[in-house]
Amino acid sequence: MPNRKTNLSSWALGTALVAGLIVLPHLLSFSQREIAVLLIINVLLVASYRLMTLTGEWSLGHVVIMGVGAYASALFSKSLGVPVPLSMLLGAGTAAGLAAILSFPLFRMKGFYFLIGSFAAGEVIRLIWKYFTNPFGGAKGLKLIPSFPDINLGFADISFFEPENYYYLCLVVVGLSLFILYRIEASRIGLTFHAIHWQDKLAEAVSVDTFRYRTLAFVLASFFAGLSGTLYAHYIGTVNPTRFDVEEMVYVLIWAIVGGTATFCGPILGVVVLTIINEIILRALGLDTVRPMIYGGILIASVLFLPDGLESLGPKLKRLFAGKRPSGQLEETT
Amino acid sequence: MGRVLAKVIATMSELLLQTMINAVYAASYMSLIAVGLVLIFGVMGVINFAHGELYMAGAYTVVGLYSFMALPFFAAVVAGMVFVGILGLLMEYALFRPLRDNPLGGLIASIGFLLILQTAAVLGFGVRMAHIKPPTQAKFHLMEGVVLTEQRLYVIMAAVGLLSALYVFLRKTKIGWAMRACAQDKEAAALQGISLNQISRIAMFIGAALAGVAGALTAPLVSPTPYMGHSVIVTAFIIIIVGGIGQLEGAVIAAILYAFVHTFVTTFYNGVLADIVGLVLMLLVLILKPTGLFGAKERA
Repeated sequence: MPNRKTNLSSWALGTALVAGLIVLPHLLSFSQREIAVLLIINVLLVASYRLMTLTGEWSLGHVVIMGVGAYASALFSKSLGVPVPLSMLLGAGTAAGLAAILSFPLFRMKGFYFLIGSFAAGEVIRLIWKYFTNPFGGAKGLKLIPSFPDINLGFADISFFEPENYYYLCLVVVGLSLFILYRIEASRIGLTFHAIHWQDKLAEAVSVDTFRYRTLAFVLASFFAGLSGTLYAHYIGTVNPTRFDVEEMVYVLIWAIVGGTATFCGPILGVVVLTIINEIILRALGLDTVRPMIYGGILIASVLFLPDGLESLGPKLKRLFAGKRPSGQLEETT
Repeated sequence: MGRVLAKVIATMSELLLQTMINAVYAASYMSLIAVGLVLIFGVMGVINFAHGELYMAGAYTVVGLYSFMALPFFAAVVAGMVFVGILGLLMEYALFRPLRDNPLGGLIASIGFLLILQTAAVLGFGVRMAHIKPPTQAKFHLMEGVVLTEQRLYVIMAAVGLLSALYVFLRKTKIGWAMRACAQDKEAAALQGISLNQISRIAMFIGAALAGVAGALTAPLVSPTPYMGHSVIVTAFIIIIVGGIGQLEGAVIAAILYAFVHTFVTTFYNGVLADIVGLVLMLLVLILKPTGLFGAKERA
């Protein structure tokens, strides 16, 4: 039972967070606003990745799925003339549909085999983009993707060419998506995902169709990954196969692992903290070339010394401080 | 008319033979890399994602020692082999040993190590391709229009020699027996007084050194870049999946199979299609027989 006090403080925290996110672009420079937009898109990507990992399967094709959304939305809007907001939904739907098809071969595998299988499937998709120049533009990819249409409110024209306005658009879309993802996880379906992760044989024994639930997790995660891809495509205006290669996937893995995947907030914490470190500290020091090395070091350090991620840091510190008081020891033993 | 046909047939057979020789060369260095990866997996149960970067490190040792410091080529190759072997020991000690009970953690940590090695190569040598003057330009004309360069012959000879030596080592020596015992059952091996740390060290050194020697020998042929490991690890994954994870002989056979398919599709169609064919081959194996073409039956 959540007591009244924590409820109140979490409401206060939530309100402060929302207020902070709304004023944030006004405190940033132009280039930092662009980074903020990309950060929000990555938050959706990594949160959708977590939904995937709930069933215990680690995919190496998630960024390619994001790319599927981006390519599909770009092609729908550019070649078929579908209006952009609709094409974004169609793009995300395409990513989910492709995931549904891919789940038939991929979920015959588990664990390490799934990891490699998803990697191979992703590489095949990427090579298809590279190989077929006609719809996909080959290695150079697609350019001049239509941007999000302006909205005329009568008194004001909102142009989404401005990073600031696109930031708010992303904030709304991603916020809504995160809410849906959170509700999915808290629902019966989410609990089933957890059950499959920890006890798949037992779950099967109580008549849970693990294949269908794994597919469901994959399809839902792919929908939101695709959505993040469409947000990216209509903001940047170009997509190419290299943007969605395994190196980007490694960064998603790093965000998720460094943040920790046990709770909903962990991966989001990871991407926010690492992006801030990356953009503020490393850029200020002019350390662009050693960035992968520092990321690699952070990854190794977090696997070795903080295997549950940044999210475990809070409770750990709390316990450390509580341990100094005599009452803390009682808690430890219970 | 008959003469034209004969000419066409002669050219075709030359092309076929030349492609086969290219495939044998490709199979040689791919099997060196894949066998190392399989050995590490077999003994330690962890997939070394940084294996392509160990190959890259071997190539850059040759760039540094042979190209810049003008040491003899084979001295540089041996130095590369030992250096990469020591990198392997470092990985075993710093990453895989603390994470022994956590195979996914080991894999993730090796991704971190991969990024570190890549950046080190960028810092040391720059992002551009390093061009190395081959130590020998000699060519053997096996037939009219069919050529094998001496540099490629070195790679083939090294692969045959080292892999045979490894085979004998695993079958005939006490340490080899101990390694195979560890691969089968770690606890039982430990109960027999086999030191897991010792065996892991040896496996990691040999596995890394094989990747290093492959990189060192092929360096003059491929123009090393810091990012060359990526395509190598993809290839190695395909080979170990097709051959069956943990199967040394399977890895060699799969390397030969993959090299022939890839080289022929590249020659007669193009490289991207060859990559697609390779990956689809791997996906088919994963779907139909996940233990690999030469793998044992799935153990429960």
